[in-house]
Amino acid sequence: MYLDRETRPAITPQLALRVAIIGGVALVMFGVVFFRLWYLQVLSGDKYKAEANNNRVREITIQAPRGRIVDRNGRVLVDNRYGLAVTVSPDKLPKSPAKQMKVYARLAPLLQMKAKDIRHTVNKQFAAIPFSPAIVKSDVPPATYSYILENQNRFPAVDVEQLAFRKYPYHQIGAHLFGTVGEVTAPELKRRRYRGVKMGDRVGQSGIEYSYDRYLRGKDGARRVSVDALGNARAQLAERVPKSGRQLRLSVDFDVQKAGQQAISGDQGAFVVMDVQTGEVRALGSNPSFDPNIFAKTIRERDFKRLSNPANGAPLTDRATQGLYPTGSTFKLITATAALEGGLITPDTVLFDGGSLHVGGITFWNAGHATNGALALRRALQVSSDVFFYRLGLDANGAGDGHLIQRWAHRLGLGHPTGIDLPGESAGLIPSPEWRNRLFKKHLTDRPWSVGDNINLAVGQGDVQVDPLQLAVAYATIANGGYVVKPHLGERVEDSLGRVIQEFRAPPRRKLDVNPTDRQAILDGLRAAASQPGGTSYPVFGNFKIPVAGKTGTAQKGAGRADQSWYVGLAPYPNPRYVVVATLEHGGFGVETAAPAVRRIMSVLFGMKDTGPTRGSTAGVNPFG
Amino acid sequence: MSASLGEQVKGFEEAARPRLRPWLQLDPLLLIATLGLIGFGSYVIGTATSGDIAGNPHYYLTRQIAYGAVGLVLMFFMARFDYSRLREWKLGIYGATIALILLTLALGTATRGSKRWIDLPFFKLQSSELGKVLLIVALAAFVIDRMRRLSEKETTSRILLLAILPAMLVVLQPDLGSGMVYIAIACCILFIAGTKWTHFLAIGTITVTIVVGVLVGAPAAGVHLLKPYQVDRLTAFVNPTDNPRKQGYQLRQSQVAIGSGQKTGRGPEHATQTKLDFLPEHHTDFVFSVVGEEFGFMGAALVLSLYALLIWRALRILTMAKNLYGALIAGGVAAMLMFQIFVNVGMTIGIMPITGVPLPLLSYGGSSVIVTFLAVGLLQSIHVQARLSALAKRRELVT
Repeated sequence: MYLDRETRPAITPQLALRVAIIGGVALVMFGVVFFRLWYLQVLSGDKYKAEANNNRVREITIQAPRGRIVDRNGRVLVDNRYGLAVTVSPDKLPKSPAKQMKVYARLAPLLQMKAKDIRHTVNKQFAAIPFSPAIVKSDVPPATYSYILENQNRFPAVDVEQLAFRKYPYHQIGAHLFGTVGEVTAPELKRRRYRGVKMGDRVGQSGIEYSYDRYLRGKDGARRVSVDALGNARAQLAERVPKSGRQLRLSVDFDVQKAGQQAISGDQGAFVVMDVQTGEVRALGSNPSFDPNIFAKTIRERDFKRLSNPANGAPLTDRATQGLYPTGSTFKLITATAALEGGLITPDTVLFDGGSLHVGGITFWNAGHATNGALALRRALQVSSDVFFYRLGLDANGAGDGHLIQRWAHRLGLGHPTGIDLPGESAGLIPSPEWRNRLFKKHLTDRPWSVGDNINLAVGQGDVQVDPLQLAVAYATIANGGYVVKPHLGERVEDSLGRVIQEFRAPPRRKLDVNPTDRQAILDGLRAAASQPGGTSYPVFGNFKIPVAGKTGTAQKGAGRADQSWYVGLAPYPNPRYVVVATLEHGGFGVETAAPAVRRIMSVLFGMKDTGPTRGSTAGVNPFG
Repeated sequence: MSASLGEQVKGFEEAARPRLRPWLQLDPLLLIATLGLIGFGSYVIGTATSGDIAGNPHYYLTRQIAYGAVGLVLMFFMARFDYSRLREWKLGIYGATIALILLTLALGTATRGSKRWIDLPFFKLQSSELGKVLLIVALAAFVIDRMRRLSEKETTSRILLLAILPAMLVVLQPDLGSGMVYIAIACCILFIAGTKWTHFLAIGTITVTIVVGVLVGAPAAGVHLLKPYQVDRLTAFVNPTDNPRKQGYQLRQSQVAIGSGQKTGRGPEHATQTKLDFLPEHHTDFVFSVVGEEFGFMGAALVLSLYALLIWRALRILTMAKNLYGALIAGGVAAMLMFQIFVNVGMTIGIMPITGVPLPLLSYGGSSVIVTFLAVGLLQSIHVQARLSALAKRRELVT
């Protein structure tokens, strides 16, 4: 046997077979590997190459600042402020949840947050936008920033980024106009108007910030960087420069706005200053106001509750476009227009005001039980005779379909939104027989429509609900010769240097057929009320340098509650350029608080140094009117 | 014609007489394959790791070249050495294998939770690597001893147990890959020796049962023989997208690297998968992926051709060995190389589980490189001895 010798004979057939099998196995394996390589590299190579490139390229968003908002004189009302935000990057974070929690726990005292809350915030953002750094807290003080940078090894994945925040240099002034910005919500993202917005972006949520969002919103830029597997940037590939949002110029005059807010600061209320010809809003405000700066960062729930709580006067509510009130005697302009155009009276029709009107077992008294005797429209407006307008209400209820006043109220812009470029405007309510009878059928009210409802409507009491802006539109229509304007704030879009990019044309006006003689009679009545002894606002405007035509109003809110004070002024008479409306919810008589407020606004509007009465005296006038 | 007839005859005799210089008896193709692989491998490691250690771009390259040089010297030494003498030292060699592995377990350096190295000055010895070549030499000798009783079940099980003992010990380190190499070596040596087919059938059945038992049965019963990451690695290749963050991630990145190389490769400069660390372990277990990314299908085909050459020469040397001991050693070496090549390459292209087996001569690492050189040296030794003995026989015939 060859084992015993050191040499062996030629290879046995059995060994040859077995070596051949091993060789065969090797051959098959090489074949498999070659085919697999062919598949990976030659057939699918393009796909894998794309994936390899995708692996290494990261887009880092560069935030585009929102456009500024300026007033008609170019004064910056809404600006941007740059602040520091603490972020956490997903790819640098330790993989184990326990280690992540340790990082959060170290971060927590620094940011005055709970570690659990940090984890929640971060995970929520990672789920929404993977691979992108999550913002833990925005607007941290520079000391925090330095501490994190100096102790980078203790804070893996934690970074500090510069972000732009909205800044409102005048705090409470104009807050309701500008509105607020906030993070875009998931349902919003699905809407057309938010095309191009990404999760986590801040968009306008109310006010001008909302309605002109597409101009104010910039286009975020991006930095494309080559990163390694740990997410460290290795090289910059390309950069898309962010395009900041456009600057928006408003028709608002800041000085008037400020004067208006000061004028109504004593009470809950609102004011509107509007160009009667174009509908350009010069100022519009509501009290109480709020500081929109707290919305620049994510607002705390506590703050939001406080700002929307009615017990605090719900500061977030814009009473100028959302506050619905009975208007008191300021409604008489609408009743007068309806009666004249509906043929119930002519400007010279004389009615007798005996102090009260008795209808269907109810006696409607003049406010303050005054007796004005025989009078026509002009005088009725001057002294604000209720009985005169009770009669018109009574007659209108019986004339035709009985909707004469309602129809004209709607035509003049009441009972539906005015179409101003602010979101959330109220419609209001002009009570009609159908409206009350429908409620009655549903047992939501104790009685059906009666003539008394129409009589109340004629003097702006009862169920009627109007907001100050609607009233401004109605008065502007009479003042400008019958054009129903659409109020607006946005004037034009500019670049950051103030050069015009796009001008917003004044929205089309609706023409109403109002007889010029009738119209003049109404204006004369309003002028007399402000300028002649015995006129309801004569104590306030009698010595005012600018000729004003205006109407007071005192809306009764029921027993034990203070009356609401109204005033609508048109100036300069006889060709008014502006309408100014003010209302104060607990202001009492129109002449007492609202009219002085309007006077103060007008003196700034017309650039006067006014030293006139700040509070009207009611001596010798009908203070209820 | 100036030379005398006698001188001419002497010249012819001189020319006809076979020369016995052993250096010329080396297998030149085997040598070319070996040098080609270590050279190309070092180059690939150099390009792949140039950015890994800040301030020292040639850290891995210089070390790999040094390991290669040491390996080369040892290979030539082995080639001159008559392997047959190793048979007498089988017990010592086997004992040394076990002792080294135990020593590693006892005082090895722990790296990432595993103890695989013994710290020597200038060098970290990975005993499981050295065990591969020692085991080949020892097992082949044990098989020769029981050649007459080869058909007995007892022989097969004894040999297998002799391999399973060190295999179990290295799995404890844990080094599952080397354990599997040991078993493959034992099986191949038995196969070459001529063990009955029925025995292999039994081995196959038992293996399948154990694998199923360890991966499925034992965990179900609450016994975890493998560490969870080992199970993950072994099963991840079945469905890599299942677990993209961990084991599947490595597989995915490896395939992306190879695929993105396309036909001719992206070149060392633009191999982003490697350079930006998306490819894990790019100088050790996944070095083949680097070849695929940097040099494409052409580069991969070149490397595979060199391996094919290596295996072809190993099998050829097996058939020409002067004695059975040489044939068995050559079989063991061939098994070791084939197993490591296919498991490693298969892993990088997604058709084999991740087992942490280095790619012979390409993967960075002193132990692996030197042990592979020793194994190739054994092959050369078998070749040299076969040639010498053949030449000697021819000389006998001539004289």
